[in-house]
Amino acid sequence: MIMYSGRADNHLWRKLKNALASATTFVSAVLVIAPLGLVFFHLLVNGASSVNWDFFTHLPKPVGEPGGGMVNAIIGSLELLALASVIGIPIGVLGGVYLAEYGTARVNWVLRFVADVLNGVPSITWGVVVYGLVVLRFKGFSAYAGGLALGLIMIPLILRTTEEVVLLVPNGYREAALALGVARWKTIVHIVMKTASRGIITGILLALARVGGETAPLLFTAFGNRFWNHNLGEPIAALPLQIFTYAISPYDDWHRQAWAGALVLVTGIFCVNVLVRILTRGRTASVI
Amino acid sequence: MANPDPTVVERAEKPTEPLSTAETAPRLTFEVKNLSLWYGEKRAISDVTLDIASNAVTAIIGPSGCGKSTFIRCLNRMHELVPKTRIKGSVLLQGEDLYSSTIDPAIVRRRVGMVFQKSNPFPTMSIGENVVIGLRLNGVRNQKFLNERLETSLRMAALWDEVKDDLHKPGTSLSGGQQQRLCIARALAVQPEVLLMDEPCSALDPIATAKIEELIYELKTQYTIVTVTHNMQQAGRISDYTAFFYLGKLIEFGPTTKIFTNPSERQTEDYITGRFG
Repeated sequence: MIMYSGRADNHLWRKLKNALASATTFVSAVLVIAPLGLVFFHLLVNGASSVNWDFFTHLPKPVGEPGGGMVNAIIGSLELLALASVIGIPIGVLGGVYLAEYGTARVNWVLRFVADVLNGVPSITWGVVVYGLVVLRFKGFSAYAGGLALGLIMIPLILRTTEEVVLLVPNGYREAALALGVARWKTIVHIVMKTASRGIITGILLALARVGGETAPLLFTAFGNRFWNHNLGEPIAALPLQIFTYAISPYDDWHRQAWAGALVLVTGIFCVNVLVRILTRGRTASVI
Repeated sequence: MANPDPTVVERAEKPTEPLSTAETAPRLTFEVKNLSLWYGEKRAISDVTLDIASNAVTAIIGPSGCGKSTFIRCLNRMHELVPKTRIKGSVLLQGEDLYSSTIDPAIVRRRVGMVFQKSNPFPTMSIGENVVIGLRLNGVRNQKFLNERLETSLRMAALWDEVKDDLHKPGTSLSGGQQQRLCIARALAVQPEVLLMDEPCSALDPIATAKIEELIYELKTQYTIVTVTHNMQQAGRISDYTAFFYLGKLIEFGPTTKIFTNPSERQTEDYITGRFG
């Protein structure tokens, strides 16, 4: 019986190849994590010193005057996200439910294809489109236009995740409800969507985290504002936009503020992702 | 709303129908006439004619893929959930055509409840919510009535004593057999006239199975029960009538004692004695 073919040192060579393979994959894995670490490190080094109480409570100061903050941009970002949610969440969620529950194979194929293409459209395109459709027509940059641009980006994201989690709901629950004589739409709302609610909320949060950091679509829509926005029909500040403006400025003071803004933004998105992790931890248990 | 009390339901007397083997002609719940069903091009049920007696247990037996489940799904129009199904023939429930264009399938399903092979309590709901959800979603708001139905249904499903202190706990926290009885309680809560059971014990251990069988025996005093089973001993133990299906056809139908001791058809005998299937 031949157990080992070839020379005896084959064994050693095999071990070496094995070690090489695991080392390569390990290095790749580290390279995946490294950017996040680098980003956080850089932001902390450059921005932490400028993140203070004033940053969260004060309006920007004119050039040369020390201090000031970005409270208008932080609140502006939240307002824009709220506006985007009004458009993105209902259309995205209902569209996803349609795909999973009602659509025929052909319609679904088209819808999925369109949603995937839309997901790949560069975000600046949305800004340009909304600029043409809204800003030019109403002759002015506005929070509405910014919210619309972000909302349009959210729709395909939420649509696809909603579809996926609704499809995860076992058919047995639909059948059980229908067999009780419950109408189809009530079954979908009270049984299917309720069962998938955690996943749907996760999709919404991820979409919010994604558009929360978008700058490009806001350039031609929300435009930015160094003061409080008192009317959603007027230009509004947003954190990423403010960072952009400050970062390309020639002033050291503003650079520091930009770092601080980036740190706050990344921390916010990080927190949303942690929340998503917490939410999804029990998901499989509740769905299946 | 479903009928308040199944015993009050006026039942069509059909003394001349084929079930004359019994001494007194039984009242009928379902009259199935020349029923055929296609999934797309594939014919799943061929020309089945069958009467189902009231307040009795009718067992549907046969090898896998013979159309048993499809057949009972025709009795509450659940097969319509599968796209591209086509049906021919008629099914009368208490003399009323289930497939008449004026009848809403939701109403049919309220009158003809169903319990599935895999217990499926709603995972987002407590034990109590699971039982009354059918009534709630059918528009019942009266809390007193809901509480009454909750207790009655759980008692009928022989589960009340085990869960009465845990009604707020999730339905999925129960054991497999308890979950199946919870599903039976949920089906009973909407006060159907008939209970369809699609292999209700096939995922359960022998003790849980025995409990469900006992329950079926008790429920037949108030309900008409149609059950699909893979287990011939079970069919023998719990049913009054047995229908043997093979390749989508009804091969033989009659009182269980006759089917199991003196079948008229060769195929039935072969199946029952374990020569195939």
